[in-house]
Amino acid sequence: MIEAQDIRYSYQNKIEALKGISLTIQDGEFVAIMGQNGAGKSTLVKHFNGLLKPSQGKVLVDGVETTKSSVAALARNVGFVFQNPDHQLFSETVEEEIAFALKNFGFKSEVIEDRVTWALNLLSLTQYRKTSPFLLSGGERKRVALASVLAWDPKTLILDEPTIGQDHDQKEKLRQFIMQMQTQKKTVVTVTHDVEFVAECNPRVVLMKDGKIVADGVGKEILTNPALLELSSIVLPQIAQVFTKLAPLGFPKDVIDIYEAKAIILKAKESKQGR
Amino acid sequence: MAIIETKNLTYTYPGATKPSIVDVSIKVEKGEFVLITGPSGCGKTTLCRCFNGLVPHFYQGELKGDISVSGIDTLKHHTYEMAKHVGLVFQNPENQLFALSIEKDVAFGLENMGVPREEMRRKVDWALNQTGIYDIRERSPHEISGGQQQRVAIASVLAMEPKVIVLDEPTSFLDPLSAEKIFDVIHKLNREQGITVILVEHRLDLTAKYANHLIVMDQGMVRFEGDPKKILSSEETRLIGVGIPKATLLYQMLRKDGLNLGDSTPLSSEELADQLLEALTPE
Repeated sequence: MIEAQDIRYSYQNKIEALKGISLTIQDGEFVAIMGQNGAGKSTLVKHFNGLLKPSQGKVLVDGVETTKSSVAALARNVGFVFQNPDHQLFSETVEEEIAFALKNFGFKSEVIEDRVTWALNLLSLTQYRKTSPFLLSGGERKRVALASVLAWDPKTLILDEPTIGQDHDQKEKLRQFIMQMQTQKKTVVTVTHDVEFVAECNPRVVLMKDGKIVADGVGKEILTNPALLELSSIVLPQIAQVFTKLAPLGFPKDVIDIYEAKAIILKAKESKQGR
Repeated sequence: MAIIETKNLTYTYPGATKPSIVDVSIKVEKGEFVLITGPSGCGKTTLCRCFNGLVPHFYQGELKGDISVSGIDTLKHHTYEMAKHVGLVFQNPENQLFALSIEKDVAFGLENMGVPREEMRRKVDWALNQTGIYDIRERSPHEISGGQQQRVAIASVLAMEPKVIVLDEPTSFLDPLSAEKIFDVIHKLNREQGITVILVEHRLDLTAKYANHLIVMDQGMVRFEGDPKKILSSEETRLIGVGIPKATLLYQMLRKDGLNLGDSTPLSSEELADQLLEALTPE
């Protein structure tokens, strides 16, 4: 469980990036943190693995205050995948990159071999096992960074903009993987601008603006509230855009799922024909 | 005459075992808005690097086939010569900005070309106005938002008055509203100034509606090229992992279930909503 208790954080240039955030994330939850550029999203999640320590207030990870624990100790339980993979990658081959943390955590070599193979396969990287990460495309490097964290199977996973540069199939795989983590009671926190991805996953959504939380609730409710989204520089998902315009037909506005959309429209068609 | 034409273009990065683009033959006409998409690692970025000669002059490696951009063979001309013809805008604007003020950043390319002061002033002001950042021109590019930074990057290439602007996922670091504003700027430049736009994007939900020419790449090859409405309504396109806009998908699902909304495949929520209103509004 992650608990932020009224935390504030100022960078060295005195800009206050977090202005009193209180948030509790239970084990097994999937939370998307959304909001405009500079709202403090990345600053907030960097507190969850102790990379940043609050200037005021407390952050507790499984009951332990992050100021009383090292980043190295926290990392075993809280895996962090950065927005820009180039801040994370440094090894000569993809395989070594993924094995690096596993070696540091002292896993046996057979286990490392198994975990590396598993992670490569999960993220469609097997063909690049012996390739330098720097020869890969932006989207592929992003997946190497993700694989290197998933490999050690952390209890909590923090993903900063995981869908950047990812095609539709890779996003779908990521979605399925996150769902699978939830069944294992693992926690996933993602910072993202990708409204379509969030609409497909329908997680809990925490909306931030200017260092504060402005909304916290079910994805479907928040992503279909135009006033709230505009406040945070987010646009409605495409299905919700369509349904907003269909209001004259008496349709509900809170639709983000394509199958639900289809069912509502086909029902309306039948009732029109039945008349 | 086509503004960009490639014939059997094949390129291999130094040290790579297989080519990143294979036998690419495309033709882009002046004034088109071209969208290039395809699974990650399909060669989109590499192809863009060919348009201004970064491939092969900067990246080295082996390039085979023919390429001409605004009548110039990029193999025989250096990247700095191409800068007058093709402007490149990257994913992360931070990598592109370095000057102390926005204005200086935008003027940098022109200074290098030795453009006279008066003319430079005029071109820089025009580029700042086109991208909506004239009022903040004296600020540092490092104290503005990501969306504004990307506008500076676009203004910087625009000041050179290129005939073609190539943008490689220019909004992936931006929030959706800032992204939409950037696409509006690009669309306006295309429509009003006749600048040819080549946009690389995965997120077709946001961008398909602007394009009149779509190129779908897969494993280094061009798989589909042509009318976006046709290509995005084909099953094959979906199967190679292209993210079809939700409005387009919903239209197809409804069609399969017997609700015919007309023959024009929608690429945006506006188009689909109009079709649905017409079909479902009681007489």
